[in-house]
Amino acid sequence: MADDDRDKSKDARHTDAGHTNVGDRPVYPTLRDRESVAAHNPVPPLTHHRRHVPPLYGVMAEFENPTDLVVAARRTYEAGYRRINGYSPYPIEELSEAIGFTHTRLPLIVLIGGLVGGIGGFFMQYWMEVIDYPLNVGGKPFNSWPAFIPITFETTVLCAAFAAVLGMLVLNKLPQPYHPVFNAPNFALATRDRFFLVVEANDPKFQHEEVVEFMKSLNAQDVVDVGV
Amino acid sequence: MNHDDPETTYTEGPIHTTAPVIDPRLTFASVTDKISSIVLKRRTPLWWFVGFVISFILFQLMMLTITNLVFVGIGLWGVNVPVAWGIDILNFVWWIGIGHAGTLISAILLLLRQQWRTSINRFAEAMTLFAVAQAGMYPVFHLGRPWLMYWLFPYPNTMGIWPQFRSPLMWDVFAVSTYATVSAIFWFVGLIPDFATLRDRARSKAFQIIYGMLAMGWRGSARHWHRYEMAYLLLAGLATPLVLSVHTIVSFDFAVGIIPGWHATIFPPYFVAGAIYAGFAMVLFLTIPLRKLYGLESFITMRHMHNMAKVMLATGLIVGYGYIMEAFFGWYSGNRYERYMIWNRMHGPYALYYWALILCNIITPQFLWIKKIRANLLALWLISIVVSIGMWLERFVIVVTSLHRDYLPSSWGMYQPTQWDWGMFVGSIGFFFTLLFLFIRFLPMISIFEMRTILPEAGVEE
Repeated sequence: MADDDRDKSKDARHTDAGHTNVGDRPVYPTLRDRESVAAHNPVPPLTHHRRHVPPLYGVMAEFENPTDLVVAARRTYEAGYRRINGYSPYPIEELSEAIGFTHTRLPLIVLIGGLVGGIGGFFMQYWMEVIDYPLNVGGKPFNSWPAFIPITFETTVLCAAFAAVLGMLVLNKLPQPYHPVFNAPNFALATRDRFFLVVEANDPKFQHEEVVEFMKSLNAQDVVDVGV
Repeated sequence: MNHDDPETTYTEGPIHTTAPVIDPRLTFASVTDKISSIVLKRRTPLWWFVGFVISFILFQLMMLTITNLVFVGIGLWGVNVPVAWGIDILNFVWWIGIGHAGTLISAILLLLRQQWRTSINRFAEAMTLFAVAQAGMYPVFHLGRPWLMYWLFPYPNTMGIWPQFRSPLMWDVFAVSTYATVSAIFWFVGLIPDFATLRDRARSKAFQIIYGMLAMGWRGSARHWHRYEMAYLLLAGLATPLVLSVHTIVSFDFAVGIIPGWHATIFPPYFVAGAIYAGFAMVLFLTIPLRKLYGLESFITMRHMHNMAKVMLATGLIVGYGYIMEAFFGWYSGNRYERYMIWNRMHGPYALYYWALILCNIITPQFLWIKKIRANLLALWLISIVVSIGMWLERFVIVVTSLHRDYLPSSWGMYQPTQWDWGMFVGSIGFFFTLLFLFIRFLPMISIFEMRTILPEAGVEE
């Protein structure tokens, strides 16, 4: 039994989020195929023998309200699972804390963007007005820095705003047209009124039956396997 | 506050500051379904087609004007020395001012944690974007040779020259283009989760694909939300000083000049307050009919109308203070040109505009002190029209009456807008409404995901 379990976790690691798929297995269905994949590759019954289980992304539990999801996420984290993620129709601060995700580098990226914009904007003007094309305007000094401040401010804001948006998208790995969670039968409701919790198969502690049993104990509406 | 509407059963109690912002019976499902159904399911109402066609025809008037203008030159407009900035620059200032309310609602009220902004921020941001698009056209066509507008930007060129960065007109180029860009990306970022909602609700393949591409694979992951919220907050923090800087810089276009009536230190705050004043008037003017026509009373409640009316009253008073100070400066300066400028505004050939402006911008909003009027939608709607006209007149007074008589009586002159000035103005209103009609038809006009956050069921019970 112990061997079996080790075997399975190894198997699951191989299918880590679809990154290391072997050739003969269905991989990366396109956005268009999403429904047909769900139809042709139905999620196997939970009692299915593991050798015939298609590559697994993780186990997903569905909840009806945010409180159940946050409580479940907290308990899952406390149970030692680390590669977990919650899905909700709106931002829930407690949820990201519950899954242990509280730090993001985004503010630093925005700060760097702002500094680049500010320093770059000022010295762009300095170089153009003082070094490359000095022009006497009303007897003002070439480096009439107070007059350069409005544009310096604007370039600061512009670069910081781009850093915020692009930084957010890059850190979130968006755009990403396909993701395994879209295969879950009710997942379209994650943008309406349902809440989901996923324990990914590449979690070091992931053991299929155990995770399924654990998630069933979490007041979930439904627990399903999510294929890659 | 009972307003009869067949589409909704929501009737509010008396307005007070602790009253619910939205209908407390709304749920995740009903919010999602109601807002997305306007885009996806409901039949496009007849009034939409009527409104869109009228706007589109007016938009064609603008295209005609621009074509003629590019062929003939800006002599087509009534601008000439001494009034080289006619109603085209006036319209630029008017439109960009209208835009400011959108950013105020979406960014500043977000930072101030004003929950009521949630129902109107998407719509107000769209209004900002479309108003800035109109504003941007005026200075470009006022250049006379609009095909050389790229000369305004610092790019390495064969002439070996660079723009003159000490000029407020250059500041304006950077301020307006930054404002337009940041407003657009702020708006788009706000739309991403709602695009995902539409993608998952859409029944037609085409809409699934289009909204799917726009949503970029958004799936509501907790990690994504965390970074998203951070990005949104930082953008709001950046947009807040930006919006204040934009109208400040627009006011520098005037205040840095030495024309009597322009050269005043009060201009930046007075312009920013005026911008917010005009913008809120426009938001009220648009949302009052819209919530009725789409039956959105449970989302955009009387609380919203009430709050917007109060903002309008407050900014209207600041603007009124600005007018009083202008007159005071004219008198107190002891400068004969400044004194003459104020006297000329009040008694000169354009005195009618000045007194109409006082009537529209200072006297009319005083009605908003009365609670009954704030609760009367028709009265609010009419006041918002009067204020919009008043703000247009304010810019007329600032631009035209200051320029037409400055220092040398021999260079005095009169300014009369031509039909092409009006064609451009009316046409840009048409273009604005064309964009707005397309927006309410194809995009969720209320931010769905932010509405979910303020629902009673959204909280996590510990």
